[in-house]
Amino acid sequence: MNETNGSAPMIELEKTVKRFGTFTALHGIDATVQEGEFFSLLGPSGCGKTTLLRLIAGFENPTSGSIRIAGHDMRGIPANKRPTNMVFQSYAIFPHLNVAQNVGYGLKRRHLSRREMAREVGEALEMVDMAGYERRAAHELSGGQRQRVALARALVMRPKVVLLDEPLSALDKKLREQMQRELRDLQRSIGITFVLVTHDQEEALIMSDRIAVMFEGRIAQMATPEELYRRPASRRVASFIGVMNFLPARATGETQTGLVVQIESLGEVVLPSHTIPAGLRVDDIREVGIRPEMLTVIFDDAPGPRHSFEGQVSGNSYYGDMTYYDVVLPGSERTVTISMRNTANRAVVRPGNPVRVGWSAESILLFRQED
Amino acid sequence: MTRLSSNWLAVYAIIYMIFLYAPVVLLPLFAFNDATIIALPLSGFTTAWFEQLWGNQTLRTAAINSLIVAISSAVIATLLGAFAARAAARYSFPGKTGIIGLIMLPLVLPEIIVAVALLVALSQLGLSLALWTVVVGHVLICTPFAVAILSSAFRGLDRELEEASFDLGESRWGTFRRVTFPLVLPGVISSLLICFTISLDEFIIAFFLTGTDVTLPVYIWSQLRFPARLPSVMALGTILLVLSILFLVLGEWMRRRAARRQGQDAAAGGAMTGVA
Ligand SMILES: Nc1ncnc2c1ncn2[C@@H]1O[C@H](COP(=O)(O)OP(=O)(O)O)[C@@H](O)[C@H]1O
Ligand SMILES: [Mg+2]
Repeated sequence: MNETNGSAPMIELEKTVKRFGTFTALHGIDATVQEGEFFSLLGPSGCGKTTLLRLIAGFENPTSGSIRIAGHDMRGIPANKRPTNMVFQSYAIFPHLNVAQNVGYGLKRRHLSRREMAREVGEALEMVDMAGYERRAAHELSGGQRQRVALARALVMRPKVVLLDEPLSALDKKLREQMQRELRDLQRSIGITFVLVTHDQEEALIMSDRIAVMFEGRIAQMATPEELYRRPASRRVASFIGVMNFLPARATGETQTGLVVQIESLGEVVLPSHTIPAGLRVDDIREVGIRPEMLTVIFDDAPGPRHSFEGQVSGNSYYGDMTYYDVVLPGSERTVTISMRNTANRAVVRPGNPVRVGWSAESILLFRQED
Repeated sequence: MTRLSSNWLAVYAIIYMIFLYAPVVLLPLFAFNDATIIALPLSGFTTAWFEQLWGNQTLRTAAINSLIVAISSAVIATLLGAFAARAAARYSFPGKTGIIGLIMLPLVLPEIIVAVALLVALSQLGLSLALWTVVVGHVLICTPFAVAILSSAFRGLDRELEEASFDLGESRWGTFRRVTFPLVLPGVISSLLICFTISLDEFIIAFFLTGTDVTLPVYIWSQLRFPARLPSVMALGTILLVLSILFLVLGEWMRRRAARRQGQDAAAGGAMTGVA
């Protein structure tokens, strides 16, 4: 086993299946989380993220398959004997205990002296920026503070893995964005493996080293945020992560440099060979995808990208720094979404006006028919 | 609401209060009245009737019987209630609504029906009447109250709290001791107090199911035939009244405290709303 930090497997899931009665919540999950990694389970509500987290924590037993943590098989090891600690979605702050008693709850069994205990608790609270709150009652805490206490209570145990179940979903937008950065920075600085469950793709992209995208009890793709965004493995992943424009397309032939694809409204284009995913059968191509930021409105007659089309703006959403345009494609009812960074000397194009939109072959993604 | 109708509402409320509480107020009034005849005007202040109670051997036996019955009923009903409430709050099982409904039924059954039914059942089984048969009857009528009170205590107990404790390395027993029990304790005490009070005051079932060992309400009833004893019955009634009010207030206070601890709205869900 490799001893350098971040390269030893911390959690290994092998064909992990979980059934509740006749309902299969997880269909054979295979995944490895590396030591020191910030790993996210991302997927729509009900896809089995919490179930998987609870299997790792030891609250549920897998129907079949195995779970290893730090090299040890976890079969038959209950939650209170596992090197994992959980931050619950509800935070589960003990309402009858104050902040220090909450954070020190798990240390009680370690028979520390009163001073050692106070120091450990103080350090953990310091870590989550809650120093001085020791004597606060649970009900006096705001949502953000509860979240921090729950995190401190997990960290003070010095677990090998911290499991977080949608820890930020109850917070308002501003606080959530702040906590996303804080949580990530904290994880980087202490180097403990984090497994985060979230249904918020943006959150997963911002925070994670790696993300497993889940649908209906299966991992659809496991990759770094960048890979996931730039090379989604399927149409479903592509539409779940960010915004994607889909257009019907067919492969019509091959040249020395690449694949010839006929795209509705955009015409024929040669896609460079290196952009074509390995294992994709050319005959299976049914659609192409292109991200909004890969489409650019050409504002003057300057020579733009190689490819362009003439469309009509049917709507726009102004976000201050960005404007999103809905543009109707030529000879079609279909619209695509285009995002443009706003600049000082450029006015927003009003609906009804024609625009020229440029794009490049490299930004085209190919998708198969999915059922 | 208009001025007029709120005036009428106030009048209604006052009349209602008088109707409800005037007879109750008469009890302590005559208990301290220096006369053997229960009639106005009052003739003077005395604590003689209370002193007389103290010297009464039958009464003391009845009081001890009542305490035995009330404590046993409260403990048993609260235990049964805790199991039912825990099951109802945590697990779903087939026929849950029906089973909970059956547990709650004695709440609306006329007590005399319960009493007669139990009497018939006991004599069919060839069992002789004693204090424990009263306890059986009282457990039957107290359990619904215990379930109602404890349901709200257990429902407020988030499953994730127990899991968090377990996750932090605590054992099952340790989790019960450090999380579950402290959080439901006020509910348990509330249930004990209210069941105790219900049992202490209960007459019909006690009357039917007690053998030679009478409880306080049955003793009071037996004394009503002797006019001379009436003032000391009043005194005894006063003591029971004060104790009942004290226990009920204490019980409700504990229940609200439990709710507050669990972060629920304390005013919502009185003892009885858990039944619905
Ligand atoms: N204890 C359980 N009994 C039965 N079904 C369950 C249980 N826990 C979860 N499920 C089901 O498993 C699926 C996945 O649930 P969950 O893991 O909570 O999803 P997520 O966290 O992704 O929203 C859901 O359809 C849910 O109803
Ligand atoms: Mg979930």
